[in-house]
Amino acid sequence: MLQDKDRIFTNLYGQHDWRLKGAMSRGIYSGLKDMIGRGRDAIIDDVKASNLRGRGGAGFPTGLKWSFMPKDSGMPQYLVVNADESEPGTCKDREILRYDPHRLLEGMLLAGFAMGANTGYIYIRGEFFNEASNIQVAIDEAYDAGMIGKNACKSGWDFDIHLHRGAGAYICGEETALLESLEGKKGQPRLKPPFPAGCGLYGCPTTVNNVETIAVVPEILRRGVDWWTGLGPENNKGTKVFCISGHVNKPCNVEEEMGIPLRELIEKHAGGVRGGWDNLLTVIPGGSSVPCLPFDTCCEINMDFDSLRAVKSGLGTAAVIVMDKSTDIIQAIARLSHFYMHESCGQCTPCREGTGWMWRVLERMAKGDATVDEIDMLLDVTYQIEGHTICALGDAAAWPVQGLIKNFRHVIEERIAGAQRAAAE
Amino acid sequence: MPKLTVDGTEVEFEQGMTVLQACELGGAEIPRFCYHDRLSVAGNCRMCLVELEKAPKPIASCAFPAGDGMVIKTNSDSIKKARKGVMEFLLINHPLDCPICEQGGECDLQDQAMAFGFDKTRYEENKRAVPDKYMGPLINTIMTRCIQCTRCVRFATEIAGVEELGLVNRGESVEISSIEKAINSELSGNLIDVCPVGALTSKPYAFSSRPWELRKTPSIDVMDAVGSNIRVDSRGREVLRILPRLHEEINEEWIADKTRYAVDGLRRQRLDKPYVRVDGKLQAVSWDVALQTVVDKLKATSADRIGAVAGDTSDAESMFALKGLMNGLGVKSIDCRQEGAAVGGERGSYLFNTTIEGIESADAILLVGTDPRWEAPLVNARIRKRFLEGGMTVGGIGPSVDLTFQVDWFGTSASDLQAVLDGSSHFSSVLENAQNPMIIVGNGALIGDDGEAVLALAGDVAEKFGMIRDDWNGFNILHQAASRVAGLDMGFVPSENSLSAKQMAGALDVVYLLSADEMDMKGFENSFVIYQGHHGDAGAHGADVILPGAAYTEKNGTYVNLEGRAQLANMAGFPPGDAREDWTIIRALAGQLGVELGFDNLVELRQALVAAVPTMAAIDQIVPTAWAKPGKAGAVSGQAFDLTVTNYYMTDPISRASETMAECSDVFVNIGEPQATGTEG
Repeated sequence: MLQDKDRIFTNLYGQHDWRLKGAMSRGIYSGLKDMIGRGRDAIIDDVKASNLRGRGGAGFPTGLKWSFMPKDSGMPQYLVVNADESEPGTCKDREILRYDPHRLLEGMLLAGFAMGANTGYIYIRGEFFNEASNIQVAIDEAYDAGMIGKNACKSGWDFDIHLHRGAGAYICGEETALLESLEGKKGQPRLKPPFPAGCGLYGCPTTVNNVETIAVVPEILRRGVDWWTGLGPENNKGTKVFCISGHVNKPCNVEEEMGIPLRELIEKHAGGVRGGWDNLLTVIPGGSSVPCLPFDTCCEINMDFDSLRAVKSGLGTAAVIVMDKSTDIIQAIARLSHFYMHESCGQCTPCREGTGWMWRVLERMAKGDATVDEIDMLLDVTYQIEGHTICALGDAAAWPVQGLIKNFRHVIEERIAGAQRAAAE
Repeated sequence: MPKLTVDGTEVEFEQGMTVLQACELGGAEIPRFCYHDRLSVAGNCRMCLVELEKAPKPIASCAFPAGDGMVIKTNSDSIKKARKGVMEFLLINHPLDCPICEQGGECDLQDQAMAFGFDKTRYEENKRAVPDKYMGPLINTIMTRCIQCTRCVRFATEIAGVEELGLVNRGESVEISSIEKAINSELSGNLIDVCPVGALTSKPYAFSSRPWELRKTPSIDVMDAVGSNIRVDSRGREVLRILPRLHEEINEEWIADKTRYAVDGLRRQRLDKPYVRVDGKLQAVSWDVALQTVVDKLKATSADRIGAVAGDTSDAESMFALKGLMNGLGVKSIDCRQEGAAVGGERGSYLFNTTIEGIESADAILLVGTDPRWEAPLVNARIRKRFLEGGMTVGGIGPSVDLTFQVDWFGTSASDLQAVLDGSSHFSSVLENAQNPMIIVGNGALIGDDGEAVLALAGDVAEKFGMIRDDWNGFNILHQAASRVAGLDMGFVPSENSLSAKQMAGALDVVYLLSADEMDMKGFENSFVIYQGHHGDAGAHGADVILPGAAYTEKNGTYVNLEGRAQLANMAGFPPGDAREDWTIIRALAGQLGVELGFDNLVELRQALVAAVPTMAAIDQIVPTAWAKPGKAGAVSGQAFDLTVTNYYMTDPISRASETMAECSDVFVNIGEPQATGTEG
């Protein structure tokens, strides 16, 4: 279990002052000038050595991503922070934006310097009104105090930060759709290649990072790579904010060490599963996009990227959605399918057509109004979507359904059989 | 050259190609819907997925840059399955209305579903229905059939230059929409061609025919001087539709709306019998009577009191025959320039010398008294294409019109052109600094009394700013009449001391109008008018004898486009009733008048034509033409140029007879004018 001294987000629950004065009393902005003084390459090397993996869901190594930014493109370069947190079950960035905004701004300055960006954009989810308000206050404070702007923190590096509010589309959390939206266009993912590091915002080199990823960087540099790599299992280092929701006694956000056992996470921090551990039906470990876990796996799985990948699920955004035995799992996944249908941008065929198809079949299955053959057909449809789309929304829509069929096929079969029996009577 | 492997075959490709293009080089067939050679890549239909070795998932070949050493599989089982999957998704919400769909028989979706799809459906839910949209009088929409490939959006935005179409909403609810607005572009008909399914179809052609019932005749368009290559689809005698034919150097694969949609004009107001005016009224007569009337009149009139005018859509053969006849009679007042544009003389002085394809090498263009968007939409599209590449400046002298690209309309009259020559205009330095500058002179600058002086001035500008070099000719006349260059080539112009078309009014006893309808007939009220043509338009209304001829789809004819490129138009059907091919009418007259023309059939006629005008033999070729200084130097007036096309949709007898074009005029041109009351007939 993570010790208090190793916590990065010391104001995750908002007990302390989130504004500049309070932030500085918690050590934010301290030593920034010296850190920047070490130079671009040293920062990137440290982030690489820390093995920090992106906190937005895909877990791509952050240092490697930064190193893709060209050194002398002759163009403006941009850092874009993805604060469009819309994954169902996920609310970690929200707390950082609300209660620790300066930690993000500090991270942006460092990251911007490391990748040669003089401008940073924060693309924030439209529904996050109060969060946007706090971030704007923090930006204004930081400008007034000289922390950002010309010669930020007296480091000699100029860095501007702009806040942009989205209009409430899940797809705009996809990095290239986010860039399109930021440019004022319709939020539709771009084709890759070219990747944003070569051709991103306004055609210039751009890196898009999650809020949490950027916010932990200053602390890694301040406390040292060794401190960070001393936490968590190999290749999954550091701490992570977990969001535990659903059928637990005390839903919460908590910063924990990577690799913590799922059961420990739920029982220590969230007050345990409603009705006791044995009342657990399933857990979706990483936000709505990843497949759910069967009970046996829930008992022994560790919460990190590689462990969850090994059981064909994923850490995703580390949003742990707990469902007890009272859950109608078919209806629950059908609801998620509806979400993906509603949020599909409609640009490419498999996702546009497939998400609605899956939802309609699942709605029927939830009522038992289906045939057993359709279970395999539905699974086949998910494979027809997965990997065939422009962005990962297609995959995200397919995986929960695959998880359902893999782990709860018997539930669907029983539902269908029950409905057929009822019809026959 | 870099190489990659496609299905086990090594293929060399050019740097910058996509995987799809490289695969095609290797002979692999890649199905696609959203990808179109001439449009930007959308990559959204996902039909072109291929397997790239070592890639975790299939790649969209249309969007993926080909790289050296790639190993591509286009036919593996996983790819076949992926395509089937995409095909199934495309079809689940596509209506099964092929039997009543306009696109049936020429539908990409239908063809590819046969080749790459399932033979049955697994989709048990309700299909989606999408409300149809209004896109104007030319385009029919059945939006339920739409597969959201966005080709139409990209065509409108990129090629046509009108940002009037978009994909609205998201997810399953996405719809192509123009927000209930007619697409205001002269190229809008091409949307129908780029649409791979039956979502956008031709409104006027709706439910007329199936593609396999049509006879397809390759031909040449005469609605403007561009000489677009077309395919005339006809059933029996009736032309049902016109489609573009690929010609990279002229129209690429597009045609303008008038070219495509004026066809219904071929069915209306047709002259199908000879007429003679008796007691002030036209009466139908036999050919014998009509010809005899003409022969008697011509015999009774002295040659210097006779004139002949060739119209804008006349083919070279009939003009050549008429010229031969007039020569035989000793008539010198002949002209092919109804509107009186001051063009003529040496060939180099009246061609579009840069050529249409050559526009793509230009880096500065000066437009003088012209609106290429209405006078030659495909020339305009080519300028836009060049403009979008960047690094080109366009300046204009004349009324400022929206050409779909940025134009600096810095002047209005010939004195502004004089200023360019003098170096006192800011545009002088633009031309000065350009590598390949062009000047395009339209009829608007040439129909005034100072037309020849303006033309000479334009020639001076061309010479001064390096437009005339061994490797570049930037001097261009933008003609509007399909017959014009052929007419000038064969010298269908008045010789010394005789009358031009403009001067003939009131000055002659007999005029012979060969499909000439753009002149003010009031000038011929006291003349005996012989009208030979195919439509009951201005010329026929003022005629004393009508000799019914053939429209451009009803005869084999040669047309020389504004670049000086001779092209052959082919007969797609016979002319109506008693109407005849035009040259035969003139040949018959010559016989009765005792004039020896030297030919008795089309082959002999063409031989004579080529002997007289050797460039006519170079079919579909640009014959190198030496620079010739145009016009005659003189004083120019400061009067602002007027454009000669006031309504794009009605410029000749065929388009004036077309209901579709009338509807377009109402929607796009006569906006705000009093609408029809319902009592005007």
